[in-house]
Amino acid sequence: MEWVNIIFQGVLLGGLYALFAAGLSLIFGVMRLVNIAHGDLIVAFAYMAYFVMAALHIGPFTSLAVIVPAAALIGYGLQRGLLNWTLGEELPPLLVTIGLSVIIQNLLLVFFTFDTHRLHAGDIEIASVQFLPDLSVGVLPLIQFAVAVAIIAGLQIVFYRTALGRAFRATSDDPVVAQLMGLETRHIFAMAMALSLAVVAVAGVFIAIRTDFNPFYGPQLLIFGFEAIIIGGLGSLWGTLAGGILLGIAQALGGQFNVGWPFLAGHVVFLAVLIVRPQGLFPKVAL
Amino acid sequence: MIAAKVQDAFSFRVSHIDRSSRFGLVFWALLLILLAAAPFWGDRQTMRLLGEIYSYIALASLWNLLAGYAGLVSIGQQVFVGLGGYVLYVGALAGGLPPLLCVPLGGLLCGVLAVPVVLVLFRLRGAYFTIGTWVLAEVFVQVFQQVKAVGGGSGISLPAVVVKSIAQSRDGREFLIYWLFLALVVAVIGLIVTILRTRYGLALTAIRDNEMAAKSNGIDVNRTRLIVFVAAAFANGMAGALIFLQKLSITPFSAFSINDWTMNVIFITVIGGIGRVEGPILGAVIFFVLREFLADYGSAYLIVLGVIAIVVMLKARRGLWGYVADRYGWQLFPLARRLERTRIVPDAAAAAATIEAH
Repeated sequence: MEWVNIIFQGVLLGGLYALFAAGLSLIFGVMRLVNIAHGDLIVAFAYMAYFVMAALHIGPFTSLAVIVPAAALIGYGLQRGLLNWTLGEELPPLLVTIGLSVIIQNLLLVFFTFDTHRLHAGDIEIASVQFLPDLSVGVLPLIQFAVAVAIIAGLQIVFYRTALGRAFRATSDDPVVAQLMGLETRHIFAMAMALSLAVVAVAGVFIAIRTDFNPFYGPQLLIFGFEAIIIGGLGSLWGTLAGGILLGIAQALGGQFNVGWPFLAGHVVFLAVLIVRPQGLFPKVAL
Repeated sequence: MIAAKVQDAFSFRVSHIDRSSRFGLVFWALLLILLAAAPFWGDRQTMRLLGEIYSYIALASLWNLLAGYAGLVSIGQQVFVGLGGYVLYVGALAGGLPPLLCVPLGGLLCGVLAVPVVLVLFRLRGAYFTIGTWVLAEVFVQVFQQVKAVGGGSGISLPAVVVKSIAQSRDGREFLIYWLFLALVVAVIGLIVTILRTRYGLALTAIRDNEMAAKSNGIDVNRTRLIVFVAAAFANGMAGALIFLQKLSITPFSAFSINDWTMNVIFITVIGGIGRVEGPILGAVIFFVLREFLADYGSAYLIVLGVIAIVVMLKARRGLWGYVADRYGWQLFPLARRLERTRIVPDAAAAAATIEAH
């Protein structure tokens, strides 16, 4: 029963990883942009939540009402003001987001020092539900997992059932033709980034309730998100959720064998998938 | 009439050198003499700084070869820097080998390791290759933290006996390491210039400019990339061994530091000029000037560098040297290919008929 417990924890953590990945995968899908600063933005939003909570005396969940719209605005502005100008070739978006990543990390360091922070959610942090005599699961991870699945389902609906989603898919297929059909691709790209960062903001607040964070925590989160995408297979949101869950399980099991192994176990699973099945487990588009 | 035409026949010859590169060669030669003599005019601190600059020029030149020419943007090159360093420590401590012998040994191991790495990572395209290299580097950090034989997370130091085996006096050691750094950077740049002048260089330049067009002209892009990646890993390993020989201690975090061995290197290359041999040299000078001037403001120089790199990427994608080179046609290394018409003396006509492939 101990193992069931561990695997369950891994699944719940994996939902959070899938949330990191969903934002990353969304903008890659729409504009072929890999945002290296993705993890640093997650951390930046966690800091933002920290100060919003202190200023308004609210809990982390309530702070989302401020952080999510702010993140979407930042995303829209970032895309129109900077990232749109880098698209077209392969190198510039990559190198510009690398620069952005280093800038965000060091700005956070200047303002908030190397001290670790954490968002406190109160009693809910220690509440748990007894599923079976030997299996009790924290309420907080359960809520986070449920929200992550709901957000991924929501993204799926936006993508395949709405006008905005149609615009996303059209732009992804062929930006030039999409423009000829009257879509303003620069606006569509900015909307995609806004949506991505809104998701990222939720992920940032969630992870910051679970673990301590510092200005240099971002790259690790980016790697987890990236691994979830590749394990699950490019282009499929449900695949990404599965990839995140597998990664979470691998880390939980690895950590059980040796305290130093959780990340290593995750990386090994990632590399193994890459060797055995490079298109990922549930691919939608060929890699 | 026909006979006269044969008399006036021209042949073509590919020439690399022009006026600016002739000036460049003289400039580099004078600079090299001046720098080789640094132990006679510079103090210990100057030499250490210069050594560090050389190591960064070498690393940036190699990264430039990968990203600027072969289109392989790796943010995992710290794997080879760190591994080269560890080979030196393990070879000298456990193997009892002379440290200087361990330097090429480190390069060799990295070159060999690069082959399976390439086979796995080449399955990822573009930006996904980039993050894949990074995950691999993370694996190394995690693994070396667990290996008790190399001190785990706290790392190992080079004992005095090993250090003294390089040279007895402190000055002797510092001079030797300085010259080795200089030799490394000269060898790396020399090798890159040599490669670029061969047909492989032409293939690389073609890949840089347009991968699709390169492929359609019969270039085996993957094979060229594999060769370049392995060669860069070899040189990165040697650089790493030298860097950690000077540092006297090594930990998984210092060895496989993405900020030290990759991010800084990217800034240097992007600002100086990606896809130009001169770029990393100019970039390294700018990097170290900024770092020395902003030394009192902590990590502020990284923020400034990030901003400059972004502006350069937006306004001058080929970097500062690329901007100059495009505008004035300058080159400080004899790399460009120009067709020159040469008159054929009838006897030599047969010999000249075979136009050089490059």
